[in-house]
Amino acid sequence: MKLRLDKPWTALTAENVARLPGQLGVYQIADADGIIVHIGYAGGRSRLGLRSELQSELDARGAGYGFRVEVNMQYASRYLELLMLHRADTGALPRDNAASPPARLGRLSPR
Amino acid sequence: MDFEPSAEQQMLIDNVRRFVREEILPLEAKLDPDAAELDPADHARLVEKTKAMGLYGIDIPHEFGGPDIDIVTRTLLAIEMAQHRAGLYAPCYGTFGGAGLAQIFEANEDQKERYLYPTLRGEKKAFFGLTEPSGGSDPARAIRTRAERKDNGWVINGSKIFISGADRAQYGIVFARTDASKGRGGITCFIVDHDTPGFHVRRVVHTLRSSSYATELEFKDCWVSDHQVLGEVNKGFAVANDRLTRQRIPYAAACIGVAIAAHEMAIEWAKMRETFGARLAERQAIQWMLVDNELDIRTARLFTLQAAEKARRGLPFRTEAAIAKLTASEGGWRVVDRSMQIHGGMGMTKDLPLERWYREMRIRRVGEGPSEVQRMLIAREILGTSAR
Ligand SMILES: Cc1cc2nc3c(=O)[nH]c(=O)nc-3n(C[C@H](O)[C@H](O)[C@H](O)COP(=O)(O)OP(=O)(O)OC[C@H]3O[C@@H](n4cnc5c(N)ncnc54)[C@H](O)[C@@H]3O)c2cc1C
Repeated sequence: MKLRLDKPWTALTAENVARLPGQLGVYQIADADGIIVHIGYAGGRSRLGLRSELQSELDARGAGYGFRVEVNMQYASRYLELLMLHRADTGALPRDNAASPPARLGRLSPR
Repeated sequence: MDFEPSAEQQMLIDNVRRFVREEILPLEAKLDPDAAELDPADHARLVEKTKAMGLYGIDIPHEFGGPDIDIVTRTLLAIEMAQHRAGLYAPCYGTFGGAGLAQIFEANEDQKERYLYPTLRGEKKAFFGLTEPSGGSDPARAIRTRAERKDNGWVINGSKIFISGADRAQYGIVFARTDASKGRGGITCFIVDHDTPGFHVRRVVHTLRSSSYATELEFKDCWVSDHQVLGEVNKGFAVANDRLTRQRIPYAAACIGVAIAAHEMAIEWAKMRETFGARLAERQAIQWMLVDNELDIRTARLFTLQAAEKARRGLPFRTEAAIAKLTASEGGWRVVDRSMQIHGGMGMTKDLPLERWYREMRIRRVGEGPSEVQRMLIAREILGTSAR
């Protein structure tokens, strides 16, 4: 498993979301410039895994965003890892996560 | 020995049981099934409650401000505190406080001011850095991280793996080789602050336990002063061993708590579920699984309380602690496994806590000294000799 998600962005559209698996995992949302604005996860309480989580993102955001996903049963630790990586790489959390960060996020200094 | 709780112990058990049922379970029902933390406001509210119950900081020795509760009673309460989904690694989500790492009680006065007291006040968290990529079950031989003398201090170089909570801790206890010629007599224990230059948390190590994850550390020319040596130079291994022995009792207690919770679920389900025209509870195959659960739980409970009783009396309890850890982690895992089987497909889902217990209980056979190492310790006692 690669440390950082580096798959190309897929447009956040109803068609693309419908093709997503119902599995659990993590995802990133980027704005039109490819800047990551949100990191999220589809956890054990999600209705249809990544599909329903990304559908909620689409409903809330509308058009103009991209996404990428990673199917991962260890979504809880992977989600926190992605947040820590993002902060280590850019100095801050993604815009939307910064609005309500996890209570005690750790620090990573990745190679 | 009679381990029936006294009236006073039973009152405390009832209080903790009620706390788990009335405070923890309803909040947990709204959390992600892999969550390890409560919302901070809920956590703060519940800490006030455990303080009002007189049970906050229950593992802190009385002389350091903890409640005056003996280790047998604490073990009985630890069994109760673990009886919920996150209970194995986050009993009651830490609302009863904690003593931090047992080793830090070995600190000198200056270190106590800087580390122990802030830890007991809940202001600082610590990690325990023993295991390395070269091995964890025989650390005396496997430790390759070295510390060399420089400028009234030590320069640490090396790496550690599977270290829980290092990314969020303010400091850690790190074991490094200070004399390559001496084996276990050449290891020293250092206190390393998280912001010490040269200390890096490189990555999260994803395991079956996705809530309280482990990390990989690197020390690159990480200089610490002589004031950071915990205990004596070249005597770090005794510090590590002592901690590991003490930890085995609450570690076993948590396994028993989860096993009891899984067993109770299995009993309820067996009484309710009908197949082929009768309830599962009427089938001998199911009854025997429940009986085996009962045996595993009772065995682990007796051995764990026996270890606690020896510790309470100030007697050596190394072998008893090993037996407790072994019976509780192996027996507990079997109980969860059987309980899942009795639940059929439902047992595999994230709707129930069983699948989380199954994953986390599996780690208990490896963490804090794997089963094989416990057996080695017990064998040494039986054979009356050091098997090394
Ligand atoms: C989730 C998690 C969290 C952890 N947290 C921490 C932490 O916070 N701090 C820390 O220092 N460590 C931590 N550990 C590490 C843990 O303590 C080690 O994994 C454990 O001690 C075993 O070491 P090892 O993995 O290197 O296995 P090894 O030492 O390589 O052993 C491999 C297997 O061989 C067996 N074995 C070894 N010797 C013998 C023998 N003589 N005879 C028969 N069998 C033998 C072992 O029991 C084991 O099953 C954690 C591990 C996990 C999985």
